[in-house]
Amino acid sequence: MEMVPHYPTKRSALVPTLLYAQDEVGFLSDEVIAELAGRLDLTELEVRNVISYYSMLTTKPRGKFNVQVCTNISCLVRGGEDILNHCAKKLGVGHKGTTPDGLFTLEEVECIGACSWAPAAQVNYDFHENLTAEKMDRVLDEYRKKAREEVRM
Amino acid sequence: MADLVSHPDEVKVVTRRFGLGATNIDRYLELDGYKAVRKALGMEPDAIVNEVKNSGLRGRGGAGFSTGMKWSFVPKQSAKPKYVLCNGDESEPGTCKDRLIFEHDPHAVIEGVMIGGLAVGAKSGYIYIRGEYRYLSIIMQKAIRDAYAKGFLGKNIFGSGRDFDIYWHGGAGAYEVGEESALMESLEGKRGIPRIRPPFPAVVGLWGGPTVINNAETLASVPHIMLGGAEWYAGLGPPKNGGTRLFCLSGNVAKPGVYELPMGYSLKKMIYDVGGGIPNGRELKAVVPGGSSTPCLTADEIDINMDFDSVAKAGSMLGSGGVVVLDDAQCIVKFALRTMKFYQHESCGWCIPCREGTDWLKKTLTRFHSGGGLKKDIDNMQYLSENMLGRTFCPLGDAAAMPTIAFVKKFRKEFEDHLDGRPCPYEKVGVAEAVLA
Repeated sequence: MEMVPHYPTKRSALVPTLLYAQDEVGFLSDEVIAELAGRLDLTELEVRNVISYYSMLTTKPRGKFNVQVCTNISCLVRGGEDILNHCAKKLGVGHKGTTPDGLFTLEEVECIGACSWAPAAQVNYDFHENLTAEKMDRVLDEYRKKAREEVRM
Repeated sequence: MADLVSHPDEVKVVTRRFGLGATNIDRYLELDGYKAVRKALGMEPDAIVNEVKNSGLRGRGGAGFSTGMKWSFVPKQSAKPKYVLCNGDESEPGTCKDRLIFEHDPHAVIEGVMIGGLAVGAKSGYIYIRGEYRYLSIIMQKAIRDAYAKGFLGKNIFGSGRDFDIYWHGGAGAYEVGEESALMESLEGKRGIPRIRPPFPAVVGLWGGPTVINNAETLASVPHIMLGGAEWYAGLGPPKNGGTRLFCLSGNVAKPGVYELPMGYSLKKMIYDVGGGIPNGRELKAVVPGGSSTPCLTADEIDINMDFDSVAKAGSMLGSGGVVVLDDAQCIVKFALRTMKFYQHESCGWCIPCREGTDWLKKTLTRFHSGGGLKKDIDNMQYLSENMLGRTFCPLGDAAAMPTIAFVKKFRKEFEDHLDGRPCPYEKVGVAEAVLA
């Protein structure tokens, strides 16, 4: 909301604000949508209309870690699909599926701008590049560990 | 943090400060930082525009339009505020250069936006960064705060009596928003749907005000032009193609990476020298020279210079600098399918030829690649693509059609091979399709 004064119209802050809200709450719930609509003088429908356009925004809960594997052209020719399939097997879920423990959601995504370091994936906002199946396993294990440590704390 | 590479043929202009800690504003100042904007403050706006015009700088986002010319279209008098907009929504498949610029030299982008503002008489600028690049947004927000703290931004910049503000803005995942008018819609808090032109953004842009919109690499080049001079910059490349280019080399090459090479560098040398050739004893099959929208070149067509005019003469486009190399183990039909899957996903749906065209092409290619192809599909795909060209508000329709036409024309035999050797003679059908179906 501190962004609003940067623009001549209130609603201009909408897209980045939605993403920040989603990062806080985990997804764009009915309450979040109502709250943002109120603050930016928009109807809930106007907010939902924008949400449905952007691929990073979601109105459904996701796992704690969103594993986004790129299979676009540069990743494709360097085995991006193998990484995706490996994750699918390892996690036991398909595209946009969430593991039963709520830890991981798997997503096949479009180009994330890691073409020269392909194949690549993003877990939430972290880039993981030059991936192999073994490296991907280590990446997933690190996040599992991170989740366990957070529970202990 | 992406790895940096280097090659002796590189000419470091935009990448000059990469790896030198220039995200720190004091370090940036030691490396000639904010000298260019100080120089511009002492120049007449027309002189700045002319300097950029004479440098031969052309838009690095893909279209390759003269930057100085674009700036000159902004009316001098305007009842509405004018804006400078930095397009950092880098999402063209094969392109990962703006990411490095934001990561290593964010102040150069800020300086470029300021110089653009001085040239066209704008008092504020926005730097739009795609949502996936969260760590870069954090770097950029800090850079902007630091510039304000030093008095380089805000009221009375550098004690000049002039004001200039820069704000960061973030996206949330949409290729279409990389298109200039869609980006403005997105910045206004709406769905990223393109606007019809005319009026062009230079006259009616962001919130209805005259707006200059340039790619991040274009703007990051501007301070170097101001300091080194138009003549020096123009001389780095062939006529009308000034300067250097950040080429994002990816795919089946031994040494992929982002290399800054002079405009007009040989594509063949780029693949075999700079990129170290094709690994694993494979041969070259095709190259996508400027991001997924650009028509592919076959192995016989790579003896060309990488500047806007030479690549256009060869029937493709220099585009966004994303050079994707394919070896002979790759299936072109599969590659065409993945390309179309992307455009179908990213089409905003506003224009019917693009919305329906990408969907039909994706469905046809999916069926074709999985063994259900018909001979007439090959001509149909070409016919359909040709009928998308030039029939949409923005170039996304063209971007989907152009590579498809090239795949079908240049690799027709490979499409025909799919009819004889069903489902795909080049590889087993992607397991991904089976798992995710």
